[in-house]
Amino acid sequence: MATAATPTDAGASHGSYGIPDVHWFWGKLNWDIFPFYDPLIFGTFIATMILAALTVGAITYYRLWGYLWTEWFTSVDHKKIGIMYMVLGVIMLLRGFSDALLMRLHQALASAGYIGFLPAYHYDQVFTVHGVIMIFFVAMPFVTGFMNYVMPLQIGARDVAFPFLNNLSFWLTVSGAVLIMISLFVGEFAATGWLAYPPLSGLTFSPGVGMDYYLWSLNIAGIGTTLSGINLIVTLVKMRAPGMTWMKMPVFCWTTLCTNVLIVATFPVLSATLALLTADRYLGTNFFTNELGGNPMMYVNLIWIWGHPEVYILTLPIFGIFSEIVPTFCRKRLFGYTSMVYATCVIMILSYIVWLHHFFTMGAGANVNSFFGITTMIISIPTGAKLFNWLFTMYKGRIRYELPMMWVVAFMLTFVIGGMTGVLLAVPPADYVLHNSPFLVAHFHYVIIGGGVFGIFAGINYWWPKAFGFQLDRFWGLVSFWGWVVGFYFAFMPLYVLGLMGVTRRLSQFEETIYAGYFFTALIGACMIAVGVAAFVVQIVVSIMKREELRDETGDPWGGRTLEWSTTSPPPYYNFAFNFRVHELDAWDHMKRNGYRRPTEGYTPIHMPHSTSSGVVIAGLMTVMGFALIWHVWWLSLLTFFASLFWAIGHTFNYNRDYYIPADDVRKMEQGELRITQQAAE
Amino acid sequence: MIRIICKLISLTALVGLLSGCNLVLLNPNGDVAAQKGELIVYATVLMLIVILPVMALTVFFALKYREDNKNATYAPDWDHSISLEIVIWAVPLAIIICLAGLTWVATHRLDPYKDLSRISDTQTIDESVEPIEVHVVSLDWKWLFIYPEQNIATVNEVAAIVDRPIEFKLTSDTVMNAFYIPDLAGMIYSMAGMETELNAVINAPGTYEGFSANYSGNGFNYMNFDFHGLSEEDFDAWVSKVRDQGRAAELDQPAYNQLQQPSIDHKVTYYGSVQDGLWRRIVNLCAGQQDLCLDDMMMVDALGGGGLEGLFNREMFRGICSAEDPGAFIAILRPDLKEREDEIFAAMDLPPQADLAQQLPLQAN
Repeated sequence: MATAATPTDAGASHGSYGIPDVHWFWGKLNWDIFPFYDPLIFGTFIATMILAALTVGAITYYRLWGYLWTEWFTSVDHKKIGIMYMVLGVIMLLRGFSDALLMRLHQALASAGYIGFLPAYHYDQVFTVHGVIMIFFVAMPFVTGFMNYVMPLQIGARDVAFPFLNNLSFWLTVSGAVLIMISLFVGEFAATGWLAYPPLSGLTFSPGVGMDYYLWSLNIAGIGTTLSGINLIVTLVKMRAPGMTWMKMPVFCWTTLCTNVLIVATFPVLSATLALLTADRYLGTNFFTNELGGNPMMYVNLIWIWGHPEVYILTLPIFGIFSEIVPTFCRKRLFGYTSMVYATCVIMILSYIVWLHHFFTMGAGANVNSFFGITTMIISIPTGAKLFNWLFTMYKGRIRYELPMMWVVAFMLTFVIGGMTGVLLAVPPADYVLHNSPFLVAHFHYVIIGGGVFGIFAGINYWWPKAFGFQLDRFWGLVSFWGWVVGFYFAFMPLYVLGLMGVTRRLSQFEETIYAGYFFTALIGACMIAVGVAAFVVQIVVSIMKREELRDETGDPWGGRTLEWSTTSPPPYYNFAFNFRVHELDAWDHMKRNGYRRPTEGYTPIHMPHSTSSGVVIAGLMTVMGFALIWHVWWLSLLTFFASLFWAIGHTFNYNRDYYIPADDVRKMEQGELRITQQAAE
Repeated sequence: MIRIICKLISLTALVGLLSGCNLVLLNPNGDVAAQKGELIVYATVLMLIVILPVMALTVFFALKYREDNKNATYAPDWDHSISLEIVIWAVPLAIIICLAGLTWVATHRLDPYKDLSRISDTQTIDESVEPIEVHVVSLDWKWLFIYPEQNIATVNEVAAIVDRPIEFKLTSDTVMNAFYIPDLAGMIYSMAGMETELNAVINAPGTYEGFSANYSGNGFNYMNFDFHGLSEEDFDAWVSKVRDQGRAAELDQPAYNQLQQPSIDHKVTYYGSVQDGLWRRIVNLCAGQQDLCLDDMMMVDALGGGGLEGLFNREMFRGICSAEDPGAFIAILRPDLKEREDEIFAAMDLPPQADLAQQLPLQAN
């Protein structure tokens, strides 16, 4: 058996591992793949194992496995899948954020002249995994979770168009996340930066398994995201309540539509690009190598043709969330609905023609660079219009500062700064000096945290009562809010300055100590954010414990305007007992004004899908397949590939996939609820 | 003006932590970088015209229309105003039009491929002065600089004459890197098998920091070098020093192959002379002894490739170099066209063999 060299032995070479022989049964697996010589990883491993044992123990002790399996894992209910996406997002946020803390602590030490505690090969993996996790397994699950949960309710539908596909999409995303988590303890992760530019990510320069973890994780998760995009588009096109014409659709549904169009158009590009890179690494092709006609610039173009629309895939739904929250808490109609819709569509189209601004410095000519710089700036016009629309929704409103609205105001102030520096970076000559600097890092964190994460927290606080029937605790929500917002400014303002001081990013060692003050301030900021993250977890735990006190029985605690607030909280699994006819924008507001009362008779049977275990099984097989491919265990990868294929084909022969809830059962459930709602109304 | 704004920014950013104004991007010593720094300030000011009112309005509305201020007007059904919509779309549009104009002009003026149009805001360019040419190669994890005129090469140290244009030609013999000297000019990627270019000038003597600004693997942290801005005499002295100290070392293919081996924090090294045509070989990825150069491969392909045997082109044509013997490939691939060789070269925009000796004196001797 070949022994893999430890990374420290490898010294000055690309890739931290030697290439062990491929055993016919074990592939590249051997006892040296566990990086436990590193006390940090070993400690994390022990802690994770204890936590996992406790969780498994608790679930077993309380006999929850059956409940979780039948009610959640195999469920095709869009609401439960939405919530599971959110849970995945929170778990991965904790992982991605601890990576961020490591980097901040290390850079603060290294810039002050200490060697720090992360050797370069480890630090490089940390910043790579931080980026990959935060984009693919935090931001994406969160926005997909919102779209899954809220959109069908807002259009008055009972589920998404393809409920099983929805379940499969979720579990494929989990599969990718699981592979990344495994890479922490088994082998290594890519040390290439989150977009893994070749030739660095090619076999020559990254011979280890880290890059293979990256590829298979994203290959598998990418399929899930694409399928989910198709699913949600079809849902929006085909399943809107009668009378809900396009221009009577809530803005969140519009942003969901545009987002999923972007997903369906760009995720295949990502999948194809990564497939080509995978072919380079596994089949010996030369798409992106230096030699034999390979062209790394092609990869950089392709990955950003996906990558820039991805930015809007993350932010458009968040804009939708704000467009729901602002009118509700200002108790006023949304200003400029039509221009909001057009702005969204314009952003969707423009986001395809700006990708080159991510690499002005790659040497394109002045005409090309100016073109892409100017198209980028043009995006700021519809984005600015959106901001003005929220602003004028506040104008002459009655603003109630509940937690969601506070997040919105924090977003508006932060996002303009991120947007402004973004436009600045779109000026090619400015980008020549600011590219790849902490200034750039600060910019995209201003946009993705200020525009994305703030919106995610706003949305969680806003829709939590709908999903669980009780509100979130306000005190811990405030702690979380202030921790995040204040900490955020401390963490990222110094990075703008560092960028202007001519520092570059992704450094783990510094020759000078003049930057120490800034890195230290950023560390303090990161610690404050840590308080915010912790307070968020506490907020959820406290709220669950105090759920009776925080209970909302009206189903409409905020005075909502859209259809999701018309049903009970949490909604019955068929969402609505009756189909609505929608007459106006802000349908629920309109119904309330016209004295709508929920009918108490005339129930009809409701057509619903059966839950199925196929999603879990197929994704589980795909996870094993990914792992086997990463470690070159060919027999196992073939086995699991064909097993998942046959299972998927077998699933299509399962004709027992839907049923009707008898009208009588619907009546019983609804009347049980009606009593509750009526009691609350007294 | 810039100095004042720079001070303001640093003051507002972090009072007390900044000791003086060391924001090099806004206050650099090279004219190209200085123009870019100015551009950052102008663009920021232009955008603040919209951003500041928006932020102020946000705070104002957020406070004024809070729930407990019952004096504020409340219009729950007001959701539309044509005139406001026009302002909302027109004001950002106007700013973006200005910014777009600025961008178009500045991007063309500061195109790194373009020859400089001035030495500094006070000095015009002297057309008769040739720029100093420096060939830059990014390696694992160090920078190789070749001076074709002076016929010297250095590792991790580069020098130039103050107020004289410099023309960098860049390539990589490993992964992508970005060549960046913040005081001098913007960055540009260096990529294997390709040549990028950067024109710049340094306006004040001194030693400035340069580094790779694009993550390139394990030794990336230490991929930095000193850039010296020297007076004409000091530059000549520096060149002699390199020649002296590197007398024993010629940068030929074996020495280069040695240098190619990955190393971290490589010490400054001087080479007193450089093998002819090495730069062409590096750009064409054939600095290894027997590699087929990229441009030769292209020539083979232009001649119709090698049919099915073309799969083995790299092996078949190893060691043949079209710069030395342009006819060699035709003789092997298309012997039937051998007599029309000159015609084909003309069509391929290559100098025919007869002229080659004059145009490439390196190959002639």
